[in-house]
Amino acid sequence: MIALLFILPPAQAAKLRGLTFSTTGKPMKPILIRCLLALFVLGLPMLASAQQQGLEIDITGGSAQAMPIAVIPMPYQGSGTPPDTDVAAVVRADLDRSGQFRTLPERDIVERPTRGSEVQYPTWRALRQDFLVVGRVVDAGGGSYRVEYELFDVAKQERVLGLAMTARPNAMRDVAHQMADAIYEKITGVRGAFWTRIAYITQTGVGQNARYALIVADSDGHNPQTVVRSNEPLMSPAWSPDGRRVAYVSFESGNSAIYIQDITSGGRELVSSFRGINGAPAFSPDGRRLALSLSRSGNPEIYVMDLGSKALTQVTNHFAIDTSPSWAPDGSSIYFISDRGGRPQVYQAPASGGNATRVTFEGSYNADPSVSFDGKKIAVAQGSGNVYRIALLDRSLGSPRWSTLSPGSLDESPSFAPNAGMVLYAAREGRRGVLYAVSSDGRVRQRLVLAEGDVREPAWGPFREQR
Amino acid sequence: MKTTTRVLLAAMLCTAAVACSKKVKEEAPVDTGPSTGTVATSPSTAGAYTPADLDSDACLRQRVVYFDLDQDTLRPEFQAVMACHAKYLRDRNAARVSLEGHADERGSREYNQGLGERRGNGVSSALQANGGSAAQIAVVSYGEERPVCNDSNEDCWARNRRVEIIYTAR
Repeated sequence: MIALLFILPPAQAAKLRGLTFSTTGKPMKPILIRCLLALFVLGLPMLASAQQQGLEIDITGGSAQAMPIAVIPMPYQGSGTPPDTDVAAVVRADLDRSGQFRTLPERDIVERPTRGSEVQYPTWRALRQDFLVVGRVVDAGGGSYRVEYELFDVAKQERVLGLAMTARPNAMRDVAHQMADAIYEKITGVRGAFWTRIAYITQTGVGQNARYALIVADSDGHNPQTVVRSNEPLMSPAWSPDGRRVAYVSFESGNSAIYIQDITSGGRELVSSFRGINGAPAFSPDGRRLALSLSRSGNPEIYVMDLGSKALTQVTNHFAIDTSPSWAPDGSSIYFISDRGGRPQVYQAPASGGNATRVTFEGSYNADPSVSFDGKKIAVAQGSGNVYRIALLDRSLGSPRWSTLSPGSLDESPSFAPNAGMVLYAAREGRRGVLYAVSSDGRVRQRLVLAEGDVREPAWGPFREQR
Repeated sequence: MKTTTRVLLAAMLCTAAVACSKKVKEEAPVDTGPSTGTVATSPSTAGAYTPADLDSDACLRQRVVYFDLDQDTLRPEFQAVMACHAKYLRDRNAARVSLEGHADERGSREYNQGLGERRGNGVSSALQANGGSAAQIAVVSYGEERPVCNDSNEDCWARNRRVEIIYTAR
């Protein structure tokens, strides 16, 4: 597979990497290769985005407790142009990435049912699969496709899910992610977070030639879009709860300033450009306020800005560095870091201002807090000497429990998925910045690598559909 | 020497002395009015800095101050640098300096923005303690976002823990 990537043109190589997340090097189906060649020749815009994509995903760990599930390839049974997305492969990659499932490799799939009537349960019991997903892609008229799929419980020999989704050709990856979400939720009881987006900062070049960009991509790294480009540093991307806007810090004016930008229209508003540091923006859960860190008074303090009136409420009042605000889910308090005790630790204070109480008591350095949607877990960058790792503080049981999610040694910027099932973070490998996604139980870790340059400061966006 | 010659010689010398002293007096610049504050005005104090000194004076040419890990206090070896830059600010009313604070790559980027600013503030305080005016000083923190090197080792980290003295007006 690696040799194939070398001799193919970059665009096609990127597409193949993007479509085959398995590290086992399974061969592509001939029909798929012909489809890809046809599409390459026709020069569809889809290929342009794949060329820019550049994010590879490798699974570095595994779990013996993950549930075995077989996702059977879903053939195109229409009469027009087949979709260029291998929906089953995208679903397989999503489920593997979560750490909760272990999917059967495509080469071990000995039968290929497309509907319930074709399923032979003994085959799947023999292959020790707990679950089976089958489906097919048909024409929906007007150039759209419909994906019909079913989920089966192998032990009970019954169908537990039967759904259909219709979409345009360029939205088939979104369909696959929503399928993975439905399967995940049906089996685990937890809402899936595959159909979500991530934001991150990239840097290419150094010194005077450094170029920065804020990118928004699918949570598996596909379909990257540049939201803003700059010759000056960009930092701290933060999602609005409706997923339509990002706040970020930009040095384009010669000092740090905070902007809020609409992802679709590109229009943006300068919301904070005070003297000193303007940093660490964070939208409140209701989207109406922005927490931020400002040093206009002489040292960085946490403030809350009402986005309607732009009025500021000061939350902290201490000569220490107070920064990295992260909202509690009910919007009434804010977690943040402060070095008022000597080195950075996590504290909590009322959003309207008031006494701060310390939250982290283990580790000599705790920073970059990310709070789960239910407020029960806090992920931090925890430092010990020169080693920085992602650690998780779990307060869902009586006493707080700590676990280490990453090996270090320069890990930072953790960001929870909206279902708290996974954590995205930034790591350093050699001279390069890369992103990792790790399941919250630490079992599966997956690297996302940009083809060139540095990637950092990931922010996991909200569910794409409000419920 | 005859007396007449001596008298004549003395008279000549006196005349010359008076004439020369008059010339000296006429040439002395008179600067009794209030300073207009324009860049072109040269201070009458001897030994004052000029913009050319920024490029030629050994002390003024030092524009970077380095720091120890987690520290924002100035090491003793940088005190002389503070003294000459403070003097430049005193000598040049219109001069403006931007102190750009930086941190090494370890730890939180957002926290490191605060560390960079603390270091910039430390240099600002030292300049003011040496007589520089706060009105001429601005502090900007880049945190760890503008490193001069990208290696993850002590040597590179030490080079990144710095404040750069940037003259935005000379």
